[in-house]
Amino acid sequence: MSWRILWPLPALLLCFLLPWLPGLPPFWVTLANYIGIAAIVAIGLVVLTGVGGMTSFGQASFVGFGAYTTAILTVQAGMSPWLTLPAALAVSAVAALAIGAITLRLSGHYLAVGTIAWSVSLYYTFANLDLFGRNDGISAIPPLSFGSFRLIDGRLYFTVIWIGVVLAALATGNLLDSRAGRAIRTLHGGTLAAASFGVNTPRARMLAFVYAAVLAAFAGWLYAHMQRSVNPTPFGLNAGIDYLLMAVVGGAAHIPGALLGAGLFTVVNDVLQDVLPKLIGTQGNFETIVFGAILVLALQASPQGIWPHIAHARPRPHRAPPDAARLPPRAMPPHGVPILAVHGLCRSFGGLIAVNDLDFSLAAGEIVGLIGPNGAGKSTTFNLLTGVDRPSAGAVEFLGRSLIGLGAPAIARLGIARTFQHVKLVASMSVIENVVIGAHLRGRAGPVQGVLRLDRAEEARLYAEAARQLARVGLAPYADRLATSLPLGQQRVVEIARALCLDPVLFLLDEPAAGLRHSEKAELAALLRRLQGEGMTILLVEHDMEFVMNVTDRLVVMDFGTKLAEGTPDCVRCDPAVIEAYLGSVV
Amino acid sequence: MDPTIVLILVQDGIVNGAIYALLALSLVLVFAVTRVVFIPQGEFVASGAMTYAALDAGQMPGSVWLLCGLGAAACLASLWSQRSTLRARGVARLLAATLGLPVVVLLVTRQVAPLHPGVLIEALLALLIVTPMAPYLYRVAFRPLSHASVLVLLVAAVGVHLALGGLGLVFFGAEGSRATGFSDASLSIGPLTVPGQSLWIVGLTLGLMIALYGFFEYTLYGKALRATAVNRMGARLVGIGTAQSGEIAFTLAGAIGALSGILIVPLTTIYYDTGFIIGLKGFTAAIIGGLVSYPAAALAALTVGVLESFSSFWASAFKEVIVFTAIIPVLLWRSLRGGASEDEQ
Repeated sequence: MSWRILWPLPALLLCFLLPWLPGLPPFWVTLANYIGIAAIVAIGLVVLTGVGGMTSFGQASFVGFGAYTTAILTVQAGMSPWLTLPAALAVSAVAALAIGAITLRLSGHYLAVGTIAWSVSLYYTFANLDLFGRNDGISAIPPLSFGSFRLIDGRLYFTVIWIGVVLAALATGNLLDSRAGRAIRTLHGGTLAAASFGVNTPRARMLAFVYAAVLAAFAGWLYAHMQRSVNPTPFGLNAGIDYLLMAVVGGAAHIPGALLGAGLFTVVNDVLQDVLPKLIGTQGNFETIVFGAILVLALQASPQGIWPHIAHARPRPHRAPPDAARLPPRAMPPHGVPILAVHGLCRSFGGLIAVNDLDFSLAAGEIVGLIGPNGAGKSTTFNLLTGVDRPSAGAVEFLGRSLIGLGAPAIARLGIARTFQHVKLVASMSVIENVVIGAHLRGRAGPVQGVLRLDRAEEARLYAEAARQLARVGLAPYADRLATSLPLGQQRVVEIARALCLDPVLFLLDEPAAGLRHSEKAELAALLRRLQGEGMTILLVEHDMEFVMNVTDRLVVMDFGTKLAEGTPDCVRCDPAVIEAYLGSVV
Repeated sequence: MDPTIVLILVQDGIVNGAIYALLALSLVLVFAVTRVVFIPQGEFVASGAMTYAALDAGQMPGSVWLLCGLGAAACLASLWSQRSTLRARGVARLLAATLGLPVVVLLVTRQVAPLHPGVLIEALLALLIVTPMAPYLYRVAFRPLSHASVLVLLVAAVGVHLALGGLGLVFFGAEGSRATGFSDASLSIGPLTVPGQSLWIVGLTLGLMIALYGFFEYTLYGKALRATAVNRMGARLVGIGTAQSGEIAFTLAGAIGALSGILIVPLTTIYYDTGFIIGLKGFTAAIIGGLVSYPAAALAALTVGVLESFSSFWASAFKEVIVFTAIIPVLLWRSLRGGASEDEQ
């Protein structure tokens, strides 16, 4: 067992022992309590901003939702603080769902500036409604208590807060290492590929947003019962900016970075507020000057934050237990049955007609090559078949169902998998983590199972499948390397393993042999033959004619968006129209 | 509510909207050219206002010293970043731009400030003091980050906003400022009395918009900025220095921010931190306009201004809530129209 798994035990022990260290100044305990509360919010930002790529300046508002919910329910309705915790989390989650539904589909910087707007607007709402006690806020909030034992001493409350931090870190680590968390991790630059394997990208964004909001509300609940009073100031835009700064300075993509950032920010802020006025001799916001300058310099020195400099983050190794059950395979259509029919497919971009009235069909168990000069419309055709792009006209039928109007995830569900001409792997994930995304639709565990680790049996099966496909393409030794550390040719092979994890009926390969060495091409050809033997149908775009002629049963030749010829490789090779398109005519 | 009140509110809204429009234009400009969401714009509004107010009162504005400090910082940052390619002539130009200019401005201000030279000279001097701070900031904070993501640039902009806010308190103090307007005259149209200052604001805004249009449409520098906005890599390949484009964009934004401050300080008391919320309203307008289109941003700014004046009449406590919530239907509409959420850079 490693430190990665066992760390919560000593950490929890420290939660109980640390505040009672002899000679510890009480002020340090108070500072540590503030750090813990801020760290919980910053951990939420790790999921949202560092991993999910969505910037929010508005997390303080969600802290406010948590704090005000418990304040109102305990003071005005006389509820026990323990009962208001679920209410605080729920209110914040509902608020996040509502705000997220409006803003989350916007792109990065838009969303970020949008969060500024709603956080200002919520601040003034808190400050002007009687329900929230206006600018004075709500005071006389009861402390947390066990029976008649009240947690008023900061040293006792330290234990509560830091157990909360440990739980938040643990839950977040679990989430990011689960099926739902993988979907969030693909948001940073890999959404197109993820959608092609059935990941519901908008839902993953919403999950990250709601999760961060729930953690923030938890921090707010802790804050309200520590401070015993709330007012709008700590939930305004400036506080939201502070939380984001903590995450970014510490290292937004790492949970320990959030802790580090919260600690550094709180301590430095306190020291500056204390020292600078004495140094300069007058009162003023000197700390914000120093802070702003430090922030800009820190970003210039290291946009990734501090944590990656302290610990070189390696991807978490994944060992699938050898006894993991195999995933049930998909039933393949019988050999020779027509599975895909394309009729009159058209796609125009403004005046350019990329695909023009294309007709072709595929039968189960065939390997068909789609070839043609550059710009012939091959990759566009792939995008039309897989729901990445929508045709201007035409019909596509797969296993008796029309694909027109279906999105990429729905088409993946029907059993069509693909690779991409420009490799699309998630840079921050290991090879096997990228491959297991291909099996996304073959698991069903949700975020709650992920956080509670109830998904381990299923995850073991998914990872066993990914390991099997990696072994099949010959990349098993590289499973735990960062995907982007492999040479480009091998990254293409990783994409093949990822697609195989979907257990597709129809497999679309976009230039799979590009960047491979001669022997690797031979292995790839053998692999495609084996897949064909298992009943898979393969459509491939490739420029390496030797490879194409060798491996395919049939060719479809495109030029300027239209079909130029179709037939067996030998037949196509002698077609005068094809020769003219490739080599030009003899005048 | 009678028609006179409606007219007064609309007039108020148009005046505020004109200011927001100016800010929105500069924000769109800076974002398009440098990908920086220019949060510190509000500090330029406050600096412009308080510098002008100090000159108006015959005092030496504290911002002159801020200008000298930023110039020195820009000098050091530029020397450091160009340390491997420095030539004598380049160093001379750099020193003139970052050290010489602030010193000249300092000397001029020291001579002119006690003389009460009149509002127009004072306004021009205030512009001269505040505007160069923007390109200095660009050199210090943003140019070294020109390859960073929009998010990193945004967080850096927040850092600059924090630092400038603190510096504002140091150099301007906590008290608010107010100044004489450009004109005491007023114009009566039916039941409505339009103050001369309002006419100045609307007129200058319109004039500036036309000037900007001419700049972007007909000058080489303007076209270079547009090219940088459309495609940075392409612009570099045809020999447009993106660093230079960024400096021009920041200079324009600084000047527009300072001018907005100078225009509003006769109408309302400005504190060192007032600029932020004014800048945010410019943002709201820029976002409603989509951060890309100048006419849409200007139109949105007018809407924000009118909305603000009506909501301060009906529910003044919720004025800010209403103005900042107005963004939500627009965002909703944009998100339902879809499209903009694919892989960011």
